[in-house]
Amino acid sequence: MKNFQIQHRKEGDIDILELHGELDAHTASHLEEWFKKLLELKRSSIIVNCNDLEYIASAGLGVFMAYIEDLRELGGDIKLTNMNGKVYDIFNLLGFPALYDIVDDERDALKLYSDGPQAGK
Amino acid sequence: MEFSRNLVINASTDHLAEVREFTGRHAEQAGLNRKAISELQLAVDEACTNIIKHAYNYDQRQKVIITADPTGDGIRITLRHEGRPFDPELYSKPDLRQQISRKKRGGVGVWLMETLMDRVEFVRKAEYNEIHLIKHRQSSERDPE
Repeated sequence: MKNFQIQHRKEGDIDILELHGELDAHTASHLEEWFKKLLELKRSSIIVNCNDLEYIASAGLGVFMAYIEDLRELGGDIKLTNMNGKVYDIFNLLGFPALYDIVDDERDALKLYSDGPQAGK
Repeated sequence: MEFSRNLVINASTDHLAEVREFTGRHAEQAGLNRKAISELQLAVDEACTNIIKHAYNYDQRQKVIITADPTGDGIRITLRHEGRPFDPELYSKPDLRQQISRKKRGGVGVWLMETLMDRVEFVRKAEYNEIHLIKHRQSSERDPE
């Protein structure tokens, strides 16, 4: 998938996924595989860094919707960081900021994880 | 510079990036601003994705014909398919909280199309179906709800 890539890093118990490119109905399965894999490993505390995410369609949003409950049931979460304005507008339109932690950068997201086990949402 | 008004793709999500690029070129030529171009690209992507998924059930042998027509005050993108028509009346703004508690993810595409466009038309003909997405150069400000 030349127009979408994911890079993975670990920061202790937290997994950081960096998204690069365009997340649409074609590339969403790639992100879904990562969430599935992390769930299987019971690694539920995830930060998704959207710094290089240039585009998102509803199929991409759907992946965040489909896995958040399973991750929260394990005591984890998905925290989103570094979103550009265009991508944030789409998350915002659907009401994501009320239900997901969307913060400026990874440091803020790590702080939220160290302050409490789960977002109070 | 003139671009071809039509793009014909097989019904595969593999072609969505190409569809967005086609849309972007024509929207720019029609004089839409950057934000309006992005909104049109997303709406066309959602329409095309719905056709591939719901009208054609991922049958890659089927075709989607996408046409760009400049209008007096903007652009109309038409997506024609010969698959199952879908009923836009069935869609309303998704309740995100309810959807995530049920681990559901669908139903967002049509709502996005209708929210981002100035007009959306679902046309059913005997031989084919069309979705028309119309975006003006000067869009009215979006109502937040």
